[in-house]
Amino acid sequence: MTFDLRELYQEVILDHAKQPRNFGHPPACNRQAKGHNPLCGDRLTVYLTIEDGVVTDAAFEGAGCAISMASASLMTEMVKNKTEAEAHSLFELFHALVAGDQGENAENAGDGADLGKLAVFSGVREYPVRVKCATLPWHAFAAALKGKQDDVTTEE
Amino acid sequence: MTTAAGIRRQVQRDSDRLAFDVRRVREDFPILKQRVNGRPLVFLDSAASAQKPRAVIRAVQQCYEREYANIHRGVYFLSERATELFEGARVKVQRFLGAREAREIIFVRGATEAINLVAQTYGRKFLNRADEVVLSTLEHHSNIVPWQMLRDEKGLTLRIIPIDDSGALRMEEYEKLLGTRTKLVAVTHCSNALGIVTPVKEIIRLAHEKGIPVLVDGCQAVPHMPVDVRDLDCDFYVFSGHKLYGPSGIGALYGKAALLEAMPPYQGGGDMISTVTFEKTEYNVIPHKFEAGTPNIAGAIGLGAAIDYVSGLGFDEIVDHEQELLEYATEALAETNSLRLFGTVEDKVCILSFIIEGVHPHDIGTILDHEGIAIRAGHHCAQPLMDRFGVTATARASFGLYNTREDVDALVAGVRKAVEFFG
Ligand SMILES: Cc1ncc(COP(=O)(O)O)c(C=O)c1O
Repeated sequence: MTFDLRELYQEVILDHAKQPRNFGHPPACNRQAKGHNPLCGDRLTVYLTIEDGVVTDAAFEGAGCAISMASASLMTEMVKNKTEAEAHSLFELFHALVAGDQGENAENAGDGADLGKLAVFSGVREYPVRVKCATLPWHAFAAALKGKQDDVTTEE
Repeated sequence: MTTAAGIRRQVQRDSDRLAFDVRRVREDFPILKQRVNGRPLVFLDSAASAQKPRAVIRAVQQCYEREYANIHRGVYFLSERATELFEGARVKVQRFLGAREAREIIFVRGATEAINLVAQTYGRKFLNRADEVVLSTLEHHSNIVPWQMLRDEKGLTLRIIPIDDSGALRMEEYEKLLGTRTKLVAVTHCSNALGIVTPVKEIIRLAHEKGIPVLVDGCQAVPHMPVDVRDLDCDFYVFSGHKLYGPSGIGALYGKAALLEAMPPYQGGGDMISTVTFEKTEYNVIPHKFEAGTPNIAGAIGLGAAIDYVSGLGFDEIVDHEQELLEYATEALAETNSLRLFGTVEDKVCILSFIIEGVHPHDIGTILDHEGIAIRAGHHCAQPLMDRFGVTATARASFGLYNTREDVDALVAGVRKAVEFFG
């Protein structure tokens, strides 16, 4: 396979896409939101357990492409045990990484946050049409944090 | 496939093997020479929009360089020339569809606008509360949403012709849907997502037995088969120029003259009137009644050139070539492990819609793109159809008259690579 495909589909991504972590609907969760990408029809639901402003558990269910599944899987790992504010900065940092934006988001993002494993998504910015696949779970996550009831879409 | 039709095609093919020279045809399409990601472009998304032959590009360019002015108004040479060419394009569409008269052809932006026009004029005037419109499960969103908008405005009911697992319309169910409340049937001639050709002639015959008019969405049919609206006896027929190797932003609505005359205008403005005072306006005759404002003049002329191009090659040749590609591609893809093909009927145009277990269509699309192969991954603007099959998306390879067996080979190799990569 050509070099640059491996840049997009890094081993970690393929691994998480094939065997998503935290897949399911934890009965104890107290926030949830659905995400929908109208371009491809992918849908997923993010379930959070928030205790005293800390994400103590995160999980998801749904079906989608390798990028969106791996993104959801890694996201649920990364946001666990973060405060809501920390998790939100992580989203901003992640968004700046995959959308390649240099502006406000990138500068303000990530106070105290560190991309960690999420850095494997750096190849996504070369594929503009796939950026939404990577951010879909995060949009749903942000909506769940806000306690939003309506489905969110990547078009917002 | 050793069906009678297949054999007939084979015999036919052998006898004039040299007649359709796809290499020469490809020379007519400048864009196909391009390389993508360092590889020759393999363009397999013609159902979304087809590439343009030089004849079309030249016609548009020539219009702007030498023949352009506004139409139907100038008393000077250029305006008369542009009007002649624009109206000449209308006659080309008329002949292409086998319509009785040129005034039965309305120029529109495309199929979407044509269907909205019918819904907003015919539908608004003649459909009432509790009336029913019959659509099919195969429809493109553009033949669903305009009817939903009308439903919400009028209190209509939409009834949907179901399909079987092969994708074929269930005609016995269709017959049962036709009742005293049915006021219109709107169906596709050919499914953009699956390539299935529907039995429109029979659909129309059954509807007409009950006095119900029929609109046919011909977007995916006109590039691939000869169409004769008088033989079909449809009441409305719509298509988009850009799928027929013509420019984007131009398409046609065919309507039987008596129906068009009975319909109120669509938009108001210049050209659609005969006299205007602030008290009262007299509308122009058809087709002008439906063509308010300055139309896409160069687009119509380009569409005329596209029709000349396709007619020059001839549908006998085009159908043979594309049906051979369809058989070849169907067999080749069927040999791929864990691949599921949708739309497994005999009567199809060359569109292959599939999923692969464990590999999302989007990922297939990205892997193929790396090989320089353009396919479509998604719901193809036919979400109800995707729902029917319990999938959110498929990968779709759609062929045009310029595609080759080598394109099929590249597709199959690319698909196998994707399977390996994610396997
Ligand atoms: C079957 C069918 N109907 C309608 C349309 C809408 O055509 P357009 O977008 O050109 O108006 C399409 C094209 O996408 C189509 O394939």
